[in-house]
Amino acid sequence: MNPLRAIGAASLRFLAATGRLTVFALSGVGHCIRPPIYPRLILRQMVDIGYYSLPVVGLTTLFAGMVLALQSYTGFARFSAEGAIPSVVVLSICRELSPVLAGLMIAGRIGAAMAAELGTMRVTEQVDALETLSTNPIKYLIAPRLLAGVTMLPFLVLIGDIMGVFGGFVVSVYKLGFNEQTYLINTWNFLEAQDVISGLVKASVFGFLVALMGCYHGFHSRGGAQGVGAATTNAVVSASILILIANYLITEMFFAT
Amino acid sequence: MTDATAQTPKIRLTNVHKRFGAKHVLQGFTLDVMPQESVVIIGGSGTGKSVMLKCILGLLTPDEGEIEIDGQPTVHLSNSDREAVNAKIGMLFQNAALFDSLSVWENVAFGLIQGKRMKRKAAKEIAIEKLAQVGLGADVGALSPAELSGGMRKRVGLARAIAGNPDIIFFDEPTTGLDPIMGHVIDDLIVKCVKEVGATAISITHDMPSARRIADRMAMLYKGAVIWNGPVAEIDRSGNDYVDQFINGSADGPIQMELRKL
Repeated sequence: MNPLRAIGAASLRFLAATGRLTVFALSGVGHCIRPPIYPRLILRQMVDIGYYSLPVVGLTTLFAGMVLALQSYTGFARFSAEGAIPSVVVLSICRELSPVLAGLMIAGRIGAAMAAELGTMRVTEQVDALETLSTNPIKYLIAPRLLAGVTMLPFLVLIGDIMGVFGGFVVSVYKLGFNEQTYLINTWNFLEAQDVISGLVKASVFGFLVALMGCYHGFHSRGGAQGVGAATTNAVVSASILILIANYLITEMFFAT
Repeated sequence: MTDATAQTPKIRLTNVHKRFGAKHVLQGFTLDVMPQESVVIIGGSGTGKSVMLKCILGLLTPDEGEIEIDGQPTVHLSNSDREAVNAKIGMLFQNAALFDSLSVWENVAFGLIQGKRMKRKAAKEIAIEKLAQVGLGADVGALSPAELSGGMRKRVGLARAIAGNPDIIFFDEPTTGLDPIMGHVIDDLIVKCVKEVGATAISITHDMPSARRIADRMAMLYKGAVIWNGPVAEIDRSGNDYVDQFINGSADGPIQMELRKL
């Protein structure tokens, strides 16, 4: 095949997929703000995403904070700059590690589950059944998941911030011999509201992306079990990549000088 | 009722075409279904029976042709108008398509609660009544769909289809996957429910004994178009080789010969 033709065909496919995703996202957002809303379904999704993800996000950020303190000490000790460890830990956790790690963990846990559930509903005709029962599937299935994703990820990241800083504190104080009070004062003094806010904004965007990718790939899955499997994989991979891209863009927006 | 109204078909499909890429599934499908009539569409796998039903329900949009329900064109309806039209329709899916996350009674009451905005308590009472109508006790209402047998799932699907007292009911292969006795039970329930609700019914099936039990009229679909259409009593003397071969389940005949040519 002519290479130019192949590139052109791939570009057209990419643009078509981007267009479909954009229309799907706008439709989902539109149904989030137009009545009727389904409080029961939103609450169920919020519990699934927020409450049941607490252990995985908490543990991930706890150990990330611990490792960060340990590695920072190894490097900073060479320049006698160990005093910078509290600020490095708190800024890294709040600005980057907590939102990104929580986003990636939720993409694996929730994005995959959404794609699998909606994909199964699609291939077993449950989505068609919704339409025959005069219920808009975007409003009933997609909007509650998008709302729950956008609202619960910031909550998880806030918990992640606390756990990450606590992890760094434990290692610094009990293993590296830092003074407890000094460590906490240094942590508090270096932290600014913008550091936390930028992390929460990132979390909200990541929550939207995870829910959107899970819903989009699940909702459009085809071809039985194999199709549902492919939808699940695509949901996790695309959400993870979009999280990393969005992370750079939001960081640039908040902190570029 | 005037003569003109009496002659208006409940459902009219005129020269409906539907393609999926290069595959031309419906090729000029034309059919009238009169009020309170039970029409069974028969035909082999892949001839477009399910696609035809999905076009009527608005789940698929035909490429050409017109579909009317009660004389109203439905192909290009807005979402809200489509929801209003679908509120008149009940559907029993091939595998029942029950919602896994809801209990049995919530499945049956789903259209009443979400579509008709009925209170949960009132909807539950109707759901239990409809479950009784298909031979299931109130205790089944509390179960989840995963706890039901295939026959029970079909019954629950039937109860859900008739819960809103629809004008029109579609049955997509209602006896597929059931043993002959349960198939017969489901057929009897379909006939009884359609009569009690006073609905117009379209069923699609490969199962000829089932088709004979539930049909007033049959239409044979072949290569995306109706090739024979008439009262059920006349199907054995249709004079159509394709129909004869299909209803007799014969390996020899024009359908097989064309397959061999491929």
